[in-house]
Amino acid sequence: MSIVVEGKGLTQDYHVAGGLFRPSKTVRAVKGVDFAVERGKTLAIVGESGSGKSTLARIVALIDRQSGGTLRIEGEDVDIGTGKPTRALRSKVQMVFQNPYGSLNPRQKVGEALTEPLLLNTDLDGPTRREKAEAMLEKVGLQRAHFNRYPHMFSGGQRQRIAIARALMLNPALLVLDEAVSALDLSVQAQVLNLLADLQEEFNLTYVFISHDLSVVRYIADEVMVMNKGEAVEQGSRDAVFTDPQHPYTRQLFAATPITDIEAIRARVARRKAARAAALA
Amino acid sequence: MALLKIRNLTVSFATSTGPFKAVDGIDVDIAPGEVLAIVGESGSGKSVSMLAVMGLLPDTATVTADVMEFDGRDMLSMSGAERRRIIGREITMIFQEPIASLNPSFTVGFQIEEVLRINAGMSKAAARARAIELFDAVGIPEPAEKMRSYPHQLSGGQCQRVMIAIAIATNPRLLIADEPTTALDVTIQKQILDLLLDLQETHGMGLILITHDMGVVAETADRVVVQFKGQKMEEADVLSLFEAPQHPYTRALLSALPELATGDRLPTVSDYFAEAGQ
Repeated sequence: MSIVVEGKGLTQDYHVAGGLFRPSKTVRAVKGVDFAVERGKTLAIVGESGSGKSTLARIVALIDRQSGGTLRIEGEDVDIGTGKPTRALRSKVQMVFQNPYGSLNPRQKVGEALTEPLLLNTDLDGPTRREKAEAMLEKVGLQRAHFNRYPHMFSGGQRQRIAIARALMLNPALLVLDEAVSALDLSVQAQVLNLLADLQEEFNLTYVFISHDLSVVRYIADEVMVMNKGEAVEQGSRDAVFTDPQHPYTRQLFAATPITDIEAIRARVARRKAARAAALA
Repeated sequence: MALLKIRNLTVSFATSTGPFKAVDGIDVDIAPGEVLAIVGESGSGKSVSMLAVMGLLPDTATVTADVMEFDGRDMLSMSGAERRRIIGREITMIFQEPIASLNPSFTVGFQIEEVLRINAGMSKAAARARAIELFDAVGIPEPAEKMRSYPHQLSGGQCQRVMIAIAIATNPRLLIADEPTTALDVTIQKQILDLLLDLQETHGMGLILITHDMGVVAETADRVVVQFKGQKMEEADVLSLFEAPQHPYTRALLSALPELATGDRLPTVSDYFAEAGQ
């Protein structure tokens, strides 16, 4: 099994500028995180706001340079601080963001959004780019005719399909999905999760899936990493983390997640009935 | 007797392509001290129906109903002034975005004192004392100091606590919470839901919880209404709904929960409507 992406001791510092009465300070948003993901697998990074999960996603997606530690993609050390990433490297890693309303340019036709990565990173001619884009629209469950439409003509779920299609145009090895289904309705979320599963199988994609939603993570992940305040507090296979969480924070997260278990509902309804009867007596 | 009784509520919006019915003949009943969850996805009309009760819809909306009674009083024939005496005092509401719900230009203390002065007729000093009590009751640490904070100085969870404090300031009989925890982290969500249920129980309030999250429904509701495209699909007590959902749409919603996935693929809503031949 080949490792597609690997991080060793990754850190990220943000400098907060000082004011007249406030000294500047440095915030360490990611405090030394190690991970490795095999080809065709999904690593889910779970955490609440401020946990550093999106900061880590931006490092992995080659948007931000890490402050410390090493990032290896398909066995090669990557440091975007020392030189612009090559076209080949850019093609390997792509990202899908949370809000499909914000991540698509409203003035750009869907077709242009899809062909732009090809224009920038490959030497393909126009008709070939168009053909590839139309084929990709079909792959993600849309139609070839959608090529000439604008983003506002699509629903949220369809737009997220477009964002996924755009990310796949360069045949990436690794897809970083930052809360990619969080903004979607439950039924649409199910469709997009199914699509992601199909695409992973077809293209042997590797996913780094950032989410705050444990039920989604449980469905999609092979490996799980739980982050809290910039640290990876727990890492392991999905089954290990979900059946036997070790870290107190992971347990706290599970305890806070609402569950739809019939027995739990029955117990709650009974508790409430008893409390009301006691209040009346 | 029902605290709030609504029959055949419809809300339509005037659009450039003609009227659009966002709510299409909804009945709602809630008893005092009951927790009713209204569940649905975007566009189901779950928020709009409650905004119609509160009179918070824009002028482009047309609201009609056969019956709309609060505590036996007919809200349809009321004058604006009479209605405003109920809204904000006996029926209050909190919203999804706590930070956006508060006015950024005033301290949170000012905003809760204002409600107490106007709606409860308190003096400035009495309002301040009561406001601190309320902040304490909703679990805001250092309530007296926090009175001087502006909304941007508080976290999302704390802003929602402030909103809840404002909403319960007039001892309402009915609190409508529109996706109160959707913008919050899951550990904060649990705290806020626990707080709402605790206040509901101690004050004997009716609570209408509008949500898209079946997990939240499972952990809070007594009774559940499932809405889809402006219509009621199913109404049941919480246990029956999860144990034996009757309507295909409810079954679809429940099975689309990733945590309940049995096979490799998640069933989607269209699978269920196909099965039901609709």
